[in-house]
Amino acid sequence: MSYNGGAVLAMKGKKCVAIAADKRFGIQAQTLALDFQKIFEMGPHLYVGLPGLATDTQTVHERLKFRLNLYELKESRHIHPKTFGNMVSNMLYEKRFGPYFVEPVIAGLDPKTFEPYVCSMDLIGCINEPEDFVVAGTCTEQLYGVCEALWEPDLEPDDLFETISQALTNALDRDPISGWGAVVHIIEKDKITTKTLKTRMD
Amino acid sequence: MASVLVQECERPGFSFENCQRNAFLASKGFPVPKAVKTGTTIAGIICKDGVILGADTRATEHTTVADKNCAKIHYIAPNIYCCGAGTAADTEKTCSLIASQLELHHLNTGRVVRVVTANNMFSQMLFRYQGYIGAALVLGGVDNTGPHLYCIFPHGSSDQLPYATMGSGSLAAMAVFETQWKPNMTEEEGKQLVNDAIQAGIYNDLGSGSNVNICVIRKGSVDYIRPYGDINAKGKRQGSYHYKRGTTAVLSSKTVDIEDVSVHTVEPVESMDTSA
Repeated sequence: MSYNGGAVLAMKGKKCVAIAADKRFGIQAQTLALDFQKIFEMGPHLYVGLPGLATDTQTVHERLKFRLNLYELKESRHIHPKTFGNMVSNMLYEKRFGPYFVEPVIAGLDPKTFEPYVCSMDLIGCINEPEDFVVAGTCTEQLYGVCEALWEPDLEPDDLFETISQALTNALDRDPISGWGAVVHIIEKDKITTKTLKTRMD
Repeated sequence: MASVLVQECERPGFSFENCQRNAFLASKGFPVPKAVKTGTTIAGIICKDGVILGADTRATEHTTVADKNCAKIHYIAPNIYCCGAGTAADTEKTCSLIASQLELHHLNTGRVVRVVTANNMFSQMLFRYQGYIGAALVLGGVDNTGPHLYCIFPHGSSDQLPYATMGSGSLAAMAVFETQWKPNMTEEEGKQLVNDAIQAGIYNDLGSGSNVNICVIRKGSVDYIRPYGDINAKGKRQGSYHYKRGTTAVLSSKTVDIEDVSVHTVEPVESMDTSA
């Protein structure tokens, strides 16, 4: 989990959700790239973040995309984030005794009611579905602390952006193997706003 | 045609394809990360007309609390529920696997499934995996032969007991049962006793915490109470720690509008025949 480093965070707001991640790709203390993608779009209102071992981030993403495509062909409708969560969970638990080193974070809106949904998982697919926020990666302790203090219910999209961005950037500053830029997606019923943040580069 | 390009379907059961790589990573000093444990207090008793199961709601990852309000009482059948302690993913997946097998068993036989059947399926499965599936369970339910309570260990042994506890808080909970349990308790007395036992775990065991969940199974009805009482509510925040809009330095921003999602309705082809 701490070979490449990285952090992902998702939060619920009022009729919106946000998911954010850092952009570093490194091998232990050596930074190699500043544009590594950890959050992937899986549908119009569905995003998954896959922090952990970088090779598994990409493998798991491709395998999930494959399973999701088959699901959407079969059902001819968009997947519910909760269903998608179970899909990820089942895929990870299949590898119970030789797991992928990723801790997925899912953020999305219900395709019909647009209810916000976030969940996180451990590397073998135990789902955690809280009411507020989920964190994963190499600085979870810092993220838990800062989110617990900053998050409040029913944040408007703009306030949710400030909250998630400040939570992430401040946690990243206390983790040497995460950071080097960050990206935030705010998911609303009618639009997705993607912002890149200015962070410390040391 | 698709089967030429893509494997027809994946092999059932566990896949071990990453094991060699993970062992190599471990040899280089990157051990397999720890999974979420429930580090739990779970308990159950048999009372006059049924079974009462109880659990705390804390899940831990090393020394951090991963989930403050998780559900550890899992559905097995309409008349059977099961509390799980140990590796969280294992308890969850083992319970849903057995639940689906029992549903098929119920459809095949057309009878109410018995608690012994569930117990046998659990212990046979856990024994098959020699303790590597880290699930410690308290299984309870009511069938045609009356109320039953089983305690199932990760290696596959099981006990039938009138009162049982499991998890890291089992000693605290058992201390309450050993002093206060008596045969033929009423439902209200039973709920109070299970609540006390779980609370003993919550307050005396660091691996257990937050709320008490209770599940009462009677002949023909179930009450899943989540949470039972409201202990350990989060304190009210005195001030606002809001960041003003525009605090965060943004390098770039892109907004993508989502057009109305077209909803395809798929007509059901034919309803499943569930008659025997």
